[in-house]
Amino acid sequence: MSAVVEAGDERVASSSLARRLLVKPELGAFIGAVVVFVFFAVQSNVFRSASGIANWLDPASTYGIMSVVVALLMIGGHFDLSAGVMLGTAGLTTAILTVNFHLVVWVALAVSLAVCLSIGFLNGYLVVRTGLPSFIITLATFLALQGLNLGITKVVTGTVQVSGIDDEPYYSGPHAILATQVTLFGQQFYIAILWWVVFTAAASYLLLRTRFGNWIFAVGGDDSASRNVGVPARRTTIGLFMIVAFGAWFVGNTQLFRLSSIQSSAGFGLELTYIAAAVIGGCLLTGGFGSAIGASVGALIIGMTGAGIIYAGWDNDWFKLFLGAMLLLAVLTNQVVRRYAEQSRR
Amino acid sequence: MSEQTSAEPAPDVHPGAESGPAAAAPELPPAHRPIIEVEGLGKSYGSIIALTDVTTSVRAGEVTCVLGDNGAGKSTFIKILSGVHEHTHGKFRVDGVERQMANPRAALALGIATVYQDLAVVPLMPIWRNFFLGSEPTKGWGPLRRLDVTGMRRTTRDELAKMGIDLRDVDQPIGTLSGGERQSVAIARAVYFGARVLILDEPTSALGVKQAGVVLRYIAQARDRGLGVVFITHNPHHAYPVGDRFLLLKRGRSLGDFAKDEISLDELTGLMAGGAELAELTHELKRSGEATTRPVA
Repeated sequence: MSAVVEAGDERVASSSLARRLLVKPELGAFIGAVVVFVFFAVQSNVFRSASGIANWLDPASTYGIMSVVVALLMIGGHFDLSAGVMLGTAGLTTAILTVNFHLVVWVALAVSLAVCLSIGFLNGYLVVRTGLPSFIITLATFLALQGLNLGITKVVTGTVQVSGIDDEPYYSGPHAILATQVTLFGQQFYIAILWWVVFTAAASYLLLRTRFGNWIFAVGGDDSASRNVGVPARRTTIGLFMIVAFGAWFVGNTQLFRLSSIQSSAGFGLELTYIAAAVIGGCLLTGGFGSAIGASVGALIIGMTGAGIIYAGWDNDWFKLFLGAMLLLAVLTNQVVRRYAEQSRR
Repeated sequence: MSEQTSAEPAPDVHPGAESGPAAAAPELPPAHRPIIEVEGLGKSYGSIIALTDVTTSVRAGEVTCVLGDNGAGKSTFIKILSGVHEHTHGKFRVDGVERQMANPRAALALGIATVYQDLAVVPLMPIWRNFFLGSEPTKGWGPLRRLDVTGMRRTTRDELAKMGIDLRDVDQPIGTLSGGERQSVAIARAVYFGARVLILDEPTSALGVKQAGVVLRYIAQARDRGLGVVFITHNPHHAYPVGDRFLLLKRGRSLGDFAKDEISLDELTGLMAGGAELAELTHELKRSGEATTRPVA
């Protein structure tokens, strides 16, 4: 930083560059993304063509939106295992209210948002109120929502999916916002890719340039210390769970309006993918460290890998192995960074 | 629940680095004028008496040392001063006005700030973010209300420099600082946010000789800026060089409140250790020491 140079401190120069780079949480993810891209681009022409790119940016975008909000929560020191199934809850609520109860789509979307935010609030409230690990609290929510999603869908529709929302009035409005495709370079891209960029930018801004962002780092880094200096720790934590819920609402409805139908099992299992993306992006499992851009790039890596394996002509079964290896590598790197950052030079 | 109301610890807008924050706390009185006076102060939890009959004062530009062994009542005493606990007996006056402090926020509003042993810093966060944590200055309106990052960085560097703290880089995680440096940042932070009385809870206890010296220097620095300092310690060798007044506590009672010219370091050490007890202990250790060393030799 120029300010330091002004101060003319001769001790800065030697350690500064290495430290700066190492302490950037997203550095590893960026390098990983480049490596993964080059690797698959060499293997397959299609992977690096416009249609290939559109193909892997699509899963990356929906993973990305969720990974970014999950990363905020993880930086704040918590997990949300219900983030995946909540996405199903969001889509199912909108679909059932529209198709089976004939509510106007916009109203159904608003109700769905209210439901999600309430679940997020409940998650956060229970965590701060009981002091139990968020892992346990949200595991309970995860199981409960899974049951509710299936149960209510079956009671209302008699099947395990809700479809036909595209026949309802006002369908085109939300469809245009959430699920339309844009043609670029002769190739159709889902608009979710744009929303992914918006979410990433907004989350980065929130984290690095607002008071709330400062509190997220603080609450995740040291809850009691931040309380002692007047950070509203409980409100921050509850707010973070509600942000994750908002993300789930957005992505759940994106999926609904793309396919115009939704399964009662939608989103199941994805919660761990989001956490993996956030960790690959440099988030510490213990909180207090990480970045939104990193999580976003983590999701990009997962998206590229999933598509790349198919383009390279391999069996899709290798995907999870690859993901596991990436995750392990990321966690090991994180640990080194953390030790470095916390080490005292007495 | 109290958290909901205490979300905004300081005014949102700071007029600028030069003039310091718009502190709600009253002005610093001239040197040697008492800011806090306690008389016959006591605290009991139901039938348990944690502290009884403590009388002392904290004056502007002076250091009041609170000495005592573990369980002497030091922490009860500072918790009363910092508003964590309310006193049950005696008088607690700030600027001559009798007060009953309901919470730490009330104490802060009067300019009484406490630096706890854990320092309330978040190790992985940069120094400048830690410096302003909980009281971040912002600029802009509505959704564009954002942290004044350049101002925060500059103020942190300037304020630390004013305390004579020379830091390599305000962007490094605070956890990379040594214990003494971290303590100093916490002190500088309290001073910047309008502290008139600085309560330091065992700031030197976990430190080596050299680092403790660093912290003592910053205590003197704060004193010279006209603040009243309450320095809690169990080490008379740390207390004596910087202290102007010494309050000795033992088992929840005051053993006395002395001005510096009323007591010598030896007397202080003797009182701390309980005089006769120490003599007895010295005697005992000497004999057992001889007994064990003889076979080896």
